[in-house]
Amino acid sequence: MTREIDLEKMRHGTELLKRGFARMQKGGVVMDVTNADQAHIAEEAGAVAVMALERVPADIRAQGGVARMADPTKIIEIIDTVSIPVMAKARIGHFVEAQILQVLGADMIDESEVLTPADPHFHIDKREFQIPFVCGARNLGEALRRIHEGAAMIRTKGEAGTGDVIEAVRHQHAIMGMIRSLKSKSDQELFQVSRDIEAPYDLVVEVAQLQRLPVVNFAAGGIATPADAAMMMQMGVDGVFVGSGIFKSKKPEFMAKAIVEATTHFDDPEVLAKVSRGIGDPMAGINVADIPPEKQLQNRGW
Amino acid sequence: MDTIRVGVIGLQGDVEEHIHALEKAFKHLGVKGEAIWVRRPLDMETVHGVVLPGGESTTISKLLTKFQLRDVILKMASEGKPILGTCAGCVLLAKEGDELVERTRTELLGLMDMSVDRNAFGPQRESFEADIHVEGLGNYPGVFIRAPLIKKTWGDVEVLSKIDDDIVLAKQGNILAASFHPELTGDSRFYRLFFEMF
Repeated sequence: MTREIDLEKMRHGTELLKRGFARMQKGGVVMDVTNADQAHIAEEAGAVAVMALERVPADIRAQGGVARMADPTKIIEIIDTVSIPVMAKARIGHFVEAQILQVLGADMIDESEVLTPADPHFHIDKREFQIPFVCGARNLGEALRRIHEGAAMIRTKGEAGTGDVIEAVRHQHAIMGMIRSLKSKSDQELFQVSRDIEAPYDLVVEVAQLQRLPVVNFAAGGIATPADAAMMMQMGVDGVFVGSGIFKSKKPEFMAKAIVEATTHFDDPEVLAKVSRGIGDPMAGINVADIPPEKQLQNRGW
Repeated sequence: MDTIRVGVIGLQGDVEEHIHALEKAFKHLGVKGEAIWVRRPLDMETVHGVVLPGGESTTISKLLTKFQLRDVILKMASEGKPILGTCAGCVLLAKEGDELVERTRTELLGLMDMSVDRNAFGPQRESFEADIHVEGLGNYPGVFIRAPLIKKTWGDVEVLSKIDDDIVLAKQGNILAASFHPELTGDSRFYRLFFEMF
């Protein structure tokens, strides 16, 4: 009654598989971790994936210098610890770091402005890879350029390592506001928009029709509390990344669980009030307004 | 039943995709029905059947317990209401899991006499699409994303599709488990198997 499938006909790395992987993360929280213990805490708390790093963005920011892909030993240590997907960061444009991460068995690559960019002209050609990529964006043009290059997930850039949510909010407003404004535009006007925002016309038309991005859209950069996560969800994101916000807080286990639960019940203030109790001090953070533009990570990327 | 009302468990995962696929299937197959997002025990009171979506089984399992949906689902199953689980949902329906399920202390619902291996193919680069043969449907586009496999069944479980020696689609009474993602394919034929259980 059953037939063996022809293994030759198995198709890997298709757009459907890449975007499909990202869809499985919806409604979830991806947490930055720097070792096996933290990875275990994240998984126990109900994270949908972990981001394997050597240093969380707050420490990268504090220490300065060139930030690169993590040591493979670190990434393997974390892959071996958890059953949930493991993501890892490559520098903007550094396609060889991405090749290495793919071979190591990372499930998704974050081409991230948190690391020091490697190419002053181009981002990675993500269509060349079998595994999906997530990329940051501040506005619709940037999001569509990344999708054109093959990104299977977009996240707001926010301002990583600050614990200040204002930039993630700004970027989500910018993306959604522009998408809403496309609704009533004529073909000619959509073409004009594609020139203005430096994005492919076909993607502009697709977004105008869908009234959302064609890939999953997460929030990232400065999310530090359950209320921050729920706020981003109410603004229409599909899930959240929490970087320094968990392991720079006083009680990481509580904070991790509370942010997961707040992301699920983002529109129920009673649940949000319950899970926000007793989470201890969130990360101290830095006010983004105190960071000069040239020190802001969000301005990396083209 | 006049209108089939299906609740998609919306704690985490590709819930919207399931709702869209169900709506499309109702239309294509000429079935009167509606699909709704359910997150609270209260939401479950009016539904005739349930979908456990794809997502992360560890996460969904923890949230099922935390938000008291586990017992509601078990009760519905015992009343003979149809339940469909895809990918992570398939894992949760099983009685037994592999070492990964044990290690992450994922609490399975245990509704089907089968054991599953979570993430049986390896990391995302091993995810694949392939045409599979489904009993009663013929060829069907299988989308396997960090997919589980059903390694063993017992009792009166019907095996509906296999890849080599492993099972990717199985049915037991009112419960249907797919290790792949029919909700991502746009091919509504799969839902005949689910709708005929109502």
